[in-house]
Amino acid sequence: MYNAKYVIPGLAVFVGIFTMPFWLNFGSEEYRYPEVALPKGQIVIDGQSVDAGAACIEPKEWMRANHMSLLIEWRDQALRNEKRVYVASDGRKWETSLQNTCMACHGDKEAFCDKCHDTNSVNPYCWDCHVIPQGNNHEFE
Amino acid sequence: MLERVLKGTPKFYLWLSFLLCIIGYAFIVYVFQLCYGLKITGLSRNISWGFYIAQFTYLVGVAAGAVMLVLPAYFHHYKPFKRVIIFGEFLAIGAVVMCMLFIVVDMGQPQRVLNMFLHPTPNSVMFWDATVLLGYLFLNAIIGWTTLEAERYDVNPPRWIKYLVYLSIFWAFSIHTVTGFLYAGLPGRHYWLTAVMAARFLASAFCSGPALLLLLLFLLKKLTKFDPGKAVVRPLSLIITYAMGINVFLYCLELFTAFYSGIPGHADPIVFLFMGHEGVDAWVNGWMWTAVVFAFASLILLITPRFRTNDKILPWALIMLFIATWIDKSLGLLIGGFTPTPYETIEIYTPSFWEISVGLGIFALGALIVSVLWKIALDVKKEAGEEFELSE
Amino acid sequence: MNSSRRYFLKVAGLSAFALAGGAGAAMAAGSAPAPAGRGSYEASEKALKAGRWAMVIDTRKLNTVERMRKVIDACHKYHNVPDIPGTQEVKWLWDDTYHHAFSDEVHPVLPTRVEESRFFMLCNHCENPSCVRVCPVKATYKTEQGLVAIDYHRCIGCRFCMAACPYGSRSFNFQDPRPFIKDLNPAYPTRMRGVVEKCTFCAERLEKGLLPVCVEASEGAILFGDLRDPDSVVSKALAENYSIRRKPSLGTDPGVYYII
Repeated sequence: MYNAKYVIPGLAVFVGIFTMPFWLNFGSEEYRYPEVALPKGQIVIDGQSVDAGAACIEPKEWMRANHMSLLIEWRDQALRNEKRVYVASDGRKWETSLQNTCMACHGDKEAFCDKCHDTNSVNPYCWDCHVIPQGNNHEFE
Repeated sequence: MLERVLKGTPKFYLWLSFLLCIIGYAFIVYVFQLCYGLKITGLSRNISWGFYIAQFTYLVGVAAGAVMLVLPAYFHHYKPFKRVIIFGEFLAIGAVVMCMLFIVVDMGQPQRVLNMFLHPTPNSVMFWDATVLLGYLFLNAIIGWTTLEAERYDVNPPRWIKYLVYLSIFWAFSIHTVTGFLYAGLPGRHYWLTAVMAARFLASAFCSGPALLLLLLFLLKKLTKFDPGKAVVRPLSLIITYAMGINVFLYCLELFTAFYSGIPGHADPIVFLFMGHEGVDAWVNGWMWTAVVFAFASLILLITPRFRTNDKILPWALIMLFIATWIDKSLGLLIGGFTPTPYETIEIYTPSFWEISVGLGIFALGALIVSVLWKIALDVKKEAGEEFELSE
Repeated sequence: MNSSRRYFLKVAGLSAFALAGGAGAAMAAGSAPAPAGRGSYEASEKALKAGRWAMVIDTRKLNTVERMRKVIDACHKYHNVPDIPGTQEVKWLWDDTYHHAFSDEVHPVLPTRVEESRFFMLCNHCENPSCVRVCPVKATYKTEQGLVAIDYHRCIGCRFCMAACPYGSRSFNFQDPRPFIKDLNPAYPTRMRGVVEKCTFCAERLEKGLLPVCVEASEGAILFGDLRDPDSVVSKALAENYSIRRKPSLGTDPGVYYII
C-alpha cells in the first residue's frame, strides 16, 4: 500500500471522530429516566369523566416506549381511514386526538413531554400545529 | 481526475472564489427563508409559483439541450461533435443540479422532500419529474465521466456506455416532456392547458440549450484557445436556427387558437402578458415585447447564412435568442398561467430582492459545477494531446 | 495492484449502491403502519355518514357582507385560521361578487339582486379533484365519503395543488400563522409555516355527529348532506330549486351548489 503514512493516520482520525459520541460519554453517568410530572384528579375527556391519576390508555411502560408510533398510527387511522376511535387493549374507547385526549390529562408539556424529549435530544414538531393546553394538574412522581 | 481542480491558474481560483462569495451570500438569505418562510418572496396566495419554478422550468430545457450534440454524434455518426460532447454533458449536469435546487428552495417544507420517494405517487407529474431529473443527472455523470476517463487513457470507451448514451437521448426528450406535463394538465390554467406545451418546451430547449453551450464554447476559446471548430459551430447553429423557428411557430399556433376561437379564458392571459389589463400596465408587458423583438431579431440573423456564418454576429444572435426564450419560458410562462386569477382578477407578481438573491446563488453554484467540470475536461484533452487550435 | 484497486472500487461502488437501495426499501417499509397497535380502531358510533357529502348555499337567504362575515368568523375562529393582511393571506371561507365567483357566466345583464349579492367561496370538495391528482406525496387525498382532505404532517409545500385548483380554494402558509391568530381555539390545531391548507368540510365534526361550523352559523341558509341519498336535505333542495356550480365545464364535479 503506498502513501501508508498518510492513509493510515487519516483513517484513524476519521474513525476517532466518527465514534466521538461514544468516547465522550464513556464513563459518564448511567442514563436515568427523567422525573416526569404525572396527571391527577378527575378530567372530562370527550364527554366522559376519567380518573387521570389511575392509568394511561395503555400500560405506562408500553406508552413510554411506543407513544410516538401510537400517535403516528392514530394520525393515519384518523386522517386516511376515517377511524377516530381507539379501542385500547383493556376495551376502553378513546378519541384519537393528541390535543384533546392525551393532553387533556398530560396538560403540562414542560413538566411531562419536554422532560424526556430534552434529555434525549429529540425535537418532535407536534406543537408547531397542536395547541398546548393552558392548565396544570400535575405532580411529580 | 478530480485532482486536476487543484492545479489551476490564479484567474481560475479568483473566479471560483467570486462564485463562492455569491453562493455564501445566497445561502445566508436562504437560511432566512427557511426560518421565516416564503413570505420573503414576492409570491402570494393567487400567484403561488414564480421566479424559482420559472428558473427550474427553463433550466430543464438547458439540460435537455445537450442532446442536440449527442443525437447527431451517435445516431448519425457525425464525428466532429464527439469532440465537444463532454462539454454538453457537463453543462447538463450543472443545469440539472440547478433545477433540483430551484425545486427545493421553492418548497415550504424542504426537509420533507424525501416524502416524494417514501410515498411514491405515479399519478403526480411532479413525482415523475423528480424521478427523470435524477435519472438524467446520473446518466450524464456516468457517461461524461467514463468517456472522459477513456479519453485520458487513450482507449475506446467501454461498450456498455453506448447503450447508456442511446438511453440518455430518449431520456433527454422525456425530462422536458414531463416538465411540459407539469403545466399542460391543469384544468382552469388556460395559458398552460395546451397540447403543444411539451412540444414548445422541447423546441425551446433545443435552441436555448445549444445556444448557451455555443456561447460558453466561444468564451472558452477566448480564455483557453480551445477551438470547437467550424465543423461544430456551423451545424449546431443550423440546429439552433431550426429549433428556434419551430419554437416561434408553435407560439404563434397558441395565438391563433386563443384569438380565432375567441374564448376569453384562452385569450385573457396573452392579452395581459402583452397589453396589461384595462389600462393597467404590468412590468411583464415590456418584458414580453423584449422577447418578441429579440426572438425575431435573432431569427433574422440566424436564418440569413451570411450572418449565421459570421463569428462576430453569431454570438449576438445567440444572446438575443437566449434572452427571448428565457423570458418566454420562465417568468412569462408562470405569470401567464396565474394571471388572471381563478376569480378573473388581476394581480401583479414581482420577484422580491431576496428571491432573486437565492436564485443568483443557485446560478453561481451551477456555474461553479460547470467551471470545475469543464476545467477537468480541458485538462484531460490537453494531456491527451488534442489539438486546441484548429487550422481550417 | 492497479487492477485490484479498480476491482475493489467497483465492488465498493456496487455495494454502496445496493446499500442505498436497501435503505430506500427499508424507508418505504417504514411508511407502513407502525408495529405499535395494541388496540384497534373504529369509526365513532355518532359519526354522520354519506356516500358523498355536498353543500347547498341558498344565496337568496345569505348574501350580505354583515351576515356572511358572521359565518366566516365562526369558521375561521373554530379552525384557527390566521388573519394575515395582504396578498399572502390564508382563508377557508370568504365572500366575493357574482362575477368573481362565477367568472365564466358572463351575462351582460343580471338582476340587481344578484349583481349586489355576495357569494361564498370555499373548497368545492370535487368528485374529480385536480389538486389530489397532482400532489406528489399523497398529502392531499379524497376520502371515501367524498371529502378532499390534507395531511399537514406530510405536505412538502410544493404548491402544485394550488396551481391545479381552478377555484383558488387553497392557501399557503408563507409564514408561521400563530402570531396572526387572535384567540386560539384550544380544541383545534393550527397549521405550521410552509404547508397548504383549506376548508375541510369539518371532517372531525362530522365524525362526532356535528354539522360543519358554517352550516350551524348560517341559520338554515347553508344545507349540508349526502348527495347520493335522494331524501337528504341537499338532494331535496336541489330537486326543488335551480342551482349552479362554479366552473362545471372543467369536469371536476364540484360539491358546492348555489341556489340563485
